[in-house]
Amino acid sequence: MVIAERKPIEEILAMVADFKKVLLVGCKGCVTVCCAGGTKEVGILGSALRIARKKAGNPLALVEHTLERQCDPEYIEQLAPMLENGEFDAVLSMACSVGPQFIAKRYLKQVFPALNTTFIGGSLEHGVWAEFCQSCGNCIIHNFGGLCPISRCSKSLMNGPCGGSSGGKCEVSNEIDCVWQLIYDRMTALGQVDRMRKIFPIKDWSTSRDGGPRKITREDLKL
Amino acid sequence: MRLNYPPNVRIVAVPCTGRVDMIHLLRAIEQGADGVYVAGCMEGECHFVSGNLKARRRVEAVKKLLREIGIEPERVEMFNVSASDGPRFAAVAREMTERVRGLGPSPLAKDHPLDLHLQAVG
Repeated sequence: MVIAERKPIEEILAMVADFKKVLLVGCKGCVTVCCAGGTKEVGILGSALRIARKKAGNPLALVEHTLERQCDPEYIEQLAPMLENGEFDAVLSMACSVGPQFIAKRYLKQVFPALNTTFIGGSLEHGVWAEFCQSCGNCIIHNFGGLCPISRCSKSLMNGPCGGSSGGKCEVSNEIDCVWQLIYDRMTALGQVDRMRKIFPIKDWSTSRDGGPRKITREDLKL
Repeated sequence: MRLNYPPNVRIVAVPCTGRVDMIHLLRAIEQGADGVYVAGCMEGECHFVSGNLKARRRVEAVKKLLREIGIEPERVEMFNVSASDGPRFAAVAREMTERVRGLGPSPLAKDHPLDLHLQAVG
Protein backbone atom coordinates (compact mmCIF):
# COMPACT_ATOMS: atom_id res chain seq x y z
CA MET A 1 0.00 0.00 0.00
CA VAL A 2 0.92 3.65 -0.15
CA ILE A 3 2.46 4.65 3.16
CA ALA A 4 2.07 8.22 4.35
CA GLU A 5 2.47 10.22 7.51
CA ARG A 6 0.87 13.38 8.78
CA LYS A 7 2.68 16.64 8.24
CA PRO A 8 3.69 18.52 11.39
CA ILE A 9 0.66 20.31 12.90
CA GLU A 10 2.55 23.60 12.70
CA GLU A 11 2.89 23.24 8.93
CA ILE A 12 -0.79 22.39 8.53
CA LEU A 13 -1.85 25.31 10.74
CA ALA A 14 0.25 27.65 8.58
CA MET A 15 -1.42 26.28 5.42
CA VAL A 16 -4.93 27.04 6.63
CA ALA A 17 -4.05 30.19 8.60
CA ASP A 18 -5.97 32.46 6.24
CA PHE A 19 -9.09 30.30 6.10
CA LYS A 20 -12.13 30.19 8.39
CA LYS A 21 -14.13 27.31 6.96
CA VAL A 22 -12.24 24.18 6.03
CA LEU A 23 -13.39 20.73 4.91
CA LEU A 24 -11.05 18.02 6.21
CA VAL A 25 -11.30 14.97 3.96
CA GLY A 26 -9.99 11.55 4.93
CA CYS A 27 -9.57 8.44 2.76
CA LYS A 28 -10.59 4.88 3.59
CA GLY A 29 -7.89 3.39 1.35
CA CYS A 30 -4.19 2.90 2.02
CA VAL A 31 -3.91 5.78 4.49
CA THR A 32 -6.56 4.24 6.71
CA VAL A 33 -4.60 1.00 6.83
CA CYS A 34 -1.34 2.81 7.61
CA CYS A 35 -3.13 4.93 10.22
CA ALA A 36 -2.31 8.26 8.61
CA GLY A 37 -5.51 9.62 7.10
CA GLY A 38 -8.56 7.50 7.91
CA THR A 39 -11.64 8.47 9.91
CA LYS A 40 -9.73 8.15 13.17
CA GLU A 41 -6.83 10.35 12.10
CA VAL A 42 -9.25 12.88 10.59
CA GLY A 43 -10.90 13.14 14.03
CA ILE A 44 -7.61 13.66 15.81
CA LEU A 45 -6.28 16.25 13.35
CA GLY A 46 -9.63 18.03 13.24
CA SER A 47 -9.76 18.28 17.01
CA ALA A 48 -6.14 19.47 17.22
CA LEU A 49 -6.70 22.16 14.61
CA ARG A 50 -9.88 23.40 16.28
CA ILE A 51 -8.13 23.53 19.66
CA ALA A 52 -5.15 25.44 18.24
CA ARG A 53 -7.29 27.97 16.39
CA LYS A 54 -9.69 28.47 19.29
CA LYS A 55 -6.76 29.11 21.60
CA ALA A 56 -5.40 31.63 19.10
CA GLY A 57 -8.74 33.44 19.20
CA ASN A 58 -9.34 32.68 15.54
CA PRO A 59 -11.82 29.78 15.58
CA LEU A 60 -11.80 27.40 12.66
CA ALA A 61 -15.06 25.96 11.37
CA LEU A 62 -13.84 22.53 10.35
CA VAL A 63 -16.04 19.73 9.07
CA GLU A 64 -14.72 16.18 8.90
CA HIS A 65 -15.62 13.81 6.09
CA THR A 66 -13.97 10.57 4.99
CA LEU A 67 -14.39 9.22 1.48
CA GLU A 68 -14.22 5.60 0.41
CA ARG A 69 -11.20 6.55 -1.71
CA GLN A 70 -9.78 9.79 -3.04
CA CYS A 71 -8.11 8.23 -6.08
CA ASP A 72 -11.34 7.61 -8.01
CA PRO A 73 -13.40 10.45 -9.49
CA GLU A 74 -16.74 8.91 -8.49
CA TYR A 75 -15.88 9.28 -4.81
CA ILE A 76 -14.49 12.80 -5.28
CA GLU A 77 -17.87 13.62 -6.83
CA GLN A 78 -19.51 12.93 -3.47
CA LEU A 79 -17.98 16.16 -2.17
CA ALA A 80 -20.03 18.24 -4.63
CA PRO A 81 -22.89 19.07 -2.21
CA MET A 82 -20.33 20.41 0.26
CA LEU A 83 -17.95 22.16 -2.11
CA GLU A 84 -20.27 23.73 -4.66
CA ASN A 85 -22.34 25.93 -2.33
CA GLY A 86 -19.59 28.16 -0.99
CA GLU A 87 -19.78 26.61 2.47
CA PHE A 88 -16.03 26.04 2.63
CA ASP A 89 -13.05 28.26 1.82
CA ALA A 90 -10.52 25.47 1.53
CA VAL A 91 -10.05 21.70 1.57
CA LEU A 92 -7.49 19.81 3.61
CA SER A 93 -6.95 16.28 2.31
CA MET A 94 -5.63 13.43 4.43
CA ALA A 95 -5.15 11.10 1.46
CA CYS A 96 -1.87 10.34 -0.29
CA SER A 97 -1.03 13.16 -2.68
CA VAL A 98 -3.34 11.70 -5.32
CA GLY A 99 -6.35 12.76 -3.26
CA PRO A 100 -5.72 16.51 -3.03
CA GLN A 101 -4.84 16.55 -6.73
CA PHE A 102 -8.11 14.85 -7.65
CA ILE A 103 -10.08 17.25 -5.43
CA ALA A 104 -8.29 20.26 -6.92
CA LYS A 105 -8.96 18.99 -10.43
CA ARG A 106 -12.69 18.67 -9.76
CA TYR A 107 -13.36 21.76 -7.61
CA LEU A 108 -12.14 25.33 -7.86
CA LYS A 109 -11.03 25.44 -4.24
CA GLN A 110 -7.74 25.87 -2.51
CA VAL A 111 -6.65 22.33 -1.59
CA PHE A 112 -3.93 21.45 0.92
CA PRO A 113 -2.20 18.13 1.60
CA ALA A 114 -2.19 17.16 5.29
CA LEU A 115 0.05 14.15 4.68
CA ASN A 116 3.46 13.49 3.26
CA THR A 117 3.24 10.52 0.91
CA THR A 118 6.28 8.51 1.84
CA PHE A 119 6.67 5.18 0.04
CA ILE A 120 5.09 1.95 -1.18
CA GLY A 121 5.50 -0.56 1.58
CA GLY A 122 4.05 -2.84 4.18
CA SER A 123 3.79 -3.12 7.93
CA LEU A 124 6.54 -4.98 9.80
CA GLU A 125 4.51 -4.86 13.01
CA HIS A 126 1.80 -2.63 14.50
CA GLY A 127 3.01 0.94 14.05
CA VAL A 128 6.06 0.14 11.92
CA TRP A 129 6.12 0.38 8.13
CA ALA A 130 8.95 -0.15 5.66
CA GLU A 131 9.56 0.41 1.98
CA PHE A 132 9.35 -2.63 -0.29
CA CYS A 133 8.75 -1.21 -3.76
CA GLN A 134 9.59 1.94 -5.67
CA SER A 135 7.39 1.18 -8.64
CA CYS A 136 10.22 0.90 -11.16
CA GLY A 137 7.69 -0.52 -13.60
CA ASN A 138 9.50 -3.77 -14.39
CA CYS A 139 9.54 -6.24 -11.52
CA ILE A 140 12.66 -8.37 -11.28
CA ILE A 141 12.46 -9.74 -7.75
CA HIS A 142 12.23 -13.36 -8.94
CA ASN A 143 15.92 -13.13 -9.85
CA PHE A 144 16.81 -12.25 -6.29
CA GLY A 145 15.01 -14.78 -4.14
CA GLY A 146 11.87 -12.67 -4.12
CA LEU A 147 13.57 -9.63 -2.58
CA CYS A 148 13.75 -6.27 -4.30
CA PRO A 149 17.25 -4.80 -4.70
CA ILE A 150 15.83 -1.69 -6.35
CA SER A 151 13.82 -0.46 -3.37
CA ARG A 152 15.66 -2.17 -0.56
CA CYS A 153 19.30 -1.55 -1.53
CA SER A 154 20.36 2.03 -0.81
CA LYS A 155 22.16 2.10 -4.17
CA SER A 156 19.56 0.03 -6.05
CA LEU A 157 22.37 -2.27 -7.12
CA MET A 158 21.58 -5.04 -9.59
CA ASN A 159 24.81 -6.83 -8.73
CA GLY A 160 25.57 -6.61 -5.05
CA PRO A 161 26.54 -6.39 -2.34
CA CYS A 162 28.82 -3.38 -2.31
CA GLY A 163 31.68 -2.78 0.09
CA GLY A 164 29.37 -0.99 2.46
CA SER A 165 27.69 -4.20 3.59
CA SER A 166 28.84 -5.10 7.08
CA GLY A 167 27.40 -7.66 9.47
CA GLY A 168 24.25 -7.83 7.36
CA LYS A 169 23.68 -4.08 7.66
CA CYS A 170 23.94 -1.25 5.17
CA GLU A 171 26.58 1.43 5.66
CA VAL A 172 23.88 4.08 5.27
CA SER A 173 22.35 3.10 8.60
CA ASN A 174 22.49 0.27 11.11
CA GLU A 175 18.69 0.29 10.91
CA ILE A 176 18.79 -0.85 7.28
CA ASP A 177 19.33 -4.51 6.50
CA CYS A 178 21.67 -5.08 3.55
CA VAL A 179 19.21 -6.59 1.09
CA TRP A 180 22.08 -8.24 -0.75
CA GLN A 181 22.96 -10.13 2.42
CA LEU A 182 19.29 -11.15 2.66
CA ILE A 183 19.33 -12.16 -1.01
CA TYR A 184 22.47 -14.25 -0.49
CA ASP A 185 21.01 -15.93 2.60
CA ARG A 186 17.74 -16.69 0.85
CA MET A 187 19.35 -17.94 -2.37
CA THR A 188 21.53 -20.21 -0.23
CA ALA A 189 18.50 -21.52 1.64
CA LEU A 190 16.71 -22.12 -1.67
CA GLY A 191 19.77 -24.00 -3.01
CA GLN A 192 20.09 -21.43 -5.79
CA VAL A 193 23.16 -19.53 -4.71
CA ASP A 194 24.88 -20.43 -8.00
CA ARG A 195 22.37 -18.18 -9.76
CA MET A 196 24.06 -15.24 -8.10
CA ARG A 197 27.03 -15.71 -10.48
CA LYS A 198 24.90 -14.17 -13.20
CA ILE A 199 25.80 -10.55 -13.96
CA PHE A 200 22.75 -8.43 -14.58
CA PRO A 201 23.00 -5.62 -17.13
CA ILE A 202 22.29 -2.01 -16.31
CA LYS A 203 18.59 -1.66 -15.54
CA ASP A 204 16.38 -0.07 -18.16
CA TRP A 205 14.79 2.80 -16.25
CA SER A 206 12.47 3.84 -19.08
CA THR A 207 9.62 2.00 -17.33
CA SER A 208 10.25 4.03 -14.20
CA ARG A 209 10.06 7.81 -13.80
CA ASP A 210 12.72 8.27 -16.48
CA GLY A 211 9.99 7.80 -19.06
CA GLY A 212 8.00 10.71 -17.63
CA PRO A 213 4.63 10.43 -15.84
CA ARG A 214 3.17 7.00 -16.44
CA LYS A 215 -0.29 5.95 -17.52
CA ILE A 216 -2.03 2.61 -17.98
CA THR A 217 -4.99 2.23 -20.33
CA ARG A 218 -7.05 -0.97 -20.28
CA GLU A 219 -9.42 -0.97 -23.23
CA ASP A 220 -11.16 -4.09 -21.85
CA LEU A 221 -12.22 -2.18 -18.76
CA LYS A 222 -13.35 1.05 -20.34
CA LEU A 223 -17.05 1.88 -20.15
CA MET B 1 -14.07 4.37 53.28
CA ARG B 2 -16.03 7.53 52.50
CA LEU B 3 -12.93 9.23 51.15
CA ASN B 4 -13.24 12.73 49.78
CA TYR B 5 -11.87 13.81 46.46
CA PRO B 6 -12.29 17.15 44.67
CA PRO B 7 -15.83 17.59 43.31
CA ASN B 8 -14.55 19.08 40.04
CA VAL B 9 -13.50 15.61 38.84
CA ARG B 10 -15.99 14.05 36.48
CA ILE B 11 -15.57 10.33 36.00
CA VAL B 12 -16.05 8.71 32.60
CA ALA B 13 -16.10 4.94 33.01
CA VAL B 14 -14.52 2.67 30.40
CA PRO B 15 -14.18 -1.11 30.55
CA CYS B 16 -10.38 -0.87 30.40
CA THR B 17 -8.02 2.05 29.81
CA GLY B 18 -7.03 0.19 26.64
CA ARG B 19 -10.36 1.49 25.31
CA VAL B 20 -9.21 5.09 25.72
CA ASP B 21 -8.16 6.61 22.45
CA MET B 22 -6.39 9.86 21.63
CA ILE B 23 -9.61 11.40 20.36
CA HIS B 24 -11.34 10.89 23.73
CA LEU B 25 -8.70 12.95 25.51
CA LEU B 26 -8.61 15.58 22.76
CA ARG B 27 -12.40 15.93 22.77
CA ALA B 28 -12.32 16.65 26.51
CA ILE B 29 -9.72 19.39 26.00
CA GLU B 30 -11.55 20.71 22.93
CA GLN B 31 -14.78 20.98 24.90
CA GLY B 32 -13.13 23.03 27.57
CA ALA B 33 -11.97 20.56 30.24
CA ASP B 34 -9.08 22.15 32.15
CA GLY B 35 -7.38 18.78 32.38
CA VAL B 36 -8.01 15.13 31.68
CA TYR B 37 -6.33 12.13 33.18
CA VAL B 38 -6.52 8.43 32.67
CA ALA B 39 -6.60 6.24 35.78
CA GLY B 40 -5.57 2.76 34.74
CA CYS B 41 -4.71 -0.36 36.68
CA MET B 42 -1.20 -0.89 37.99
CA GLU B 43 1.29 -1.89 35.31
CA GLY B 44 1.49 -5.67 35.05
CA GLU B 45 -2.01 -6.07 36.48
CA CYS B 46 -4.16 -5.36 33.42
CA HIS B 47 -6.94 -7.93 33.09
CA PHE B 48 -6.49 -7.58 29.32
CA VAL B 49 -2.69 -7.84 29.65
CA SER B 50 -1.62 -4.53 28.12
CA GLY B 51 -4.56 -2.09 28.08
CA ASN B 52 -2.98 0.26 30.59
CA LEU B 53 0.37 0.18 28.77
CA LYS B 54 -1.34 1.11 25.50
CA ALA B 55 -3.25 3.89 27.28
CA ARG B 56 0.02 5.33 28.59
CA ARG B 57 1.47 5.47 25.06
CA ARG B 58 -1.67 7.19 23.80
CA VAL B 59 -1.55 9.72 26.63
CA GLU B 60 2.07 10.44 25.68
CA ALA B 61 1.01 10.91 22.05
CA VAL B 62 -1.69 13.38 23.12
CA LYS B 63 0.84 15.28 25.26
CA LYS B 64 3.14 15.56 22.24
CA LEU B 65 0.27 16.78 20.07
CA LEU B 66 -0.85 19.35 22.67
CA ARG B 67 2.71 20.64 22.98
CA GLU B 68 2.73 21.17 19.22
CA ILE B 69 -0.42 23.27 19.34
CA GLY B 70 0.56 25.37 22.33
CA ILE B 71 -1.53 23.69 25.06
CA GLU B 72 0.29 22.69 28.25
CA PRO B 73 0.86 18.91 27.98
CA GLU B 74 0.60 18.70 31.77
CA ARG B 75 -3.15 19.10 31.37
CA VAL B 76 -3.19 15.45 30.31
CA GLU B 77 -1.77 12.65 32.42
CA MET B 78 -1.72 8.90 32.94
CA PHE B 79 -1.92 7.46 36.45
CA ASN B 80 -1.84 3.88 37.64
CA VAL B 81 -4.29 3.19 40.46
CA SER B 82 -5.20 -0.23 41.73
CA ALA B 83 -8.97 -0.74 41.64
CA SER B 84 -8.95 -1.51 45.37
CA ASP B 85 -6.80 1.48 46.33
CA GLY B 86 -9.36 4.15 47.18
CA PRO B 87 -6.91 6.37 49.05
CA ARG B 88 -4.62 6.53 45.99
CA PHE B 89 -7.57 7.30 43.72
CA ALA B 90 -8.44 10.27 45.96
CA ALA B 91 -4.78 11.31 46.16
CA VAL B 92 -4.46 11.25 42.37
CA ALA B 93 -7.63 13.33 42.03
CA ARG B 94 -6.20 15.90 44.43
CA GLU B 95 -2.78 15.86 42.74
CA MET B 96 -4.24 16.42 39.29
CA THR B 97 -6.64 19.07 40.57
CA GLU B 98 -3.78 20.98 42.18
CA ARG B 99 -1.66 20.66 39.06
CA VAL B 100 -4.40 21.97 36.81
CA ARG B 101 -5.28 24.71 39.28
CA GLY B 102 -1.65 25.79 39.02
CA LEU B 103 -1.88 25.87 35.23
CA GLY B 104 -5.05 27.91 35.39
CA PRO B 105 -8.26 27.51 33.39
CA SER B 106 -8.14 26.02 29.94
CA PRO B 107 -7.59 28.67 27.27
CA LEU B 108 -10.53 27.02 25.51
CA ALA B 109 -12.95 27.57 28.39
CA LYS B 110 -13.14 31.34 28.25
CA ASP B 111 -16.83 31.37 29.12
CA HIS B 112 -16.27 30.16 32.67
CA PRO B 113 -12.70 30.95 33.62
CA LEU B 114 -13.24 30.55 37.34
CA ASP B 115 -14.54 27.01 37.20
CA LEU B 116 -12.10 24.17 37.26
CA HIS B 117 -13.12 21.23 35.17
CA LEU B 118 -11.30 17.97 35.30
CA GLN B 119 -12.19 14.74 33.64
CA ALA B 120 -10.99 11.41 34.87
CA VAL B 121 -11.12 8.48 32.53
CA GLY B 122 -10.73 4.95 33.76
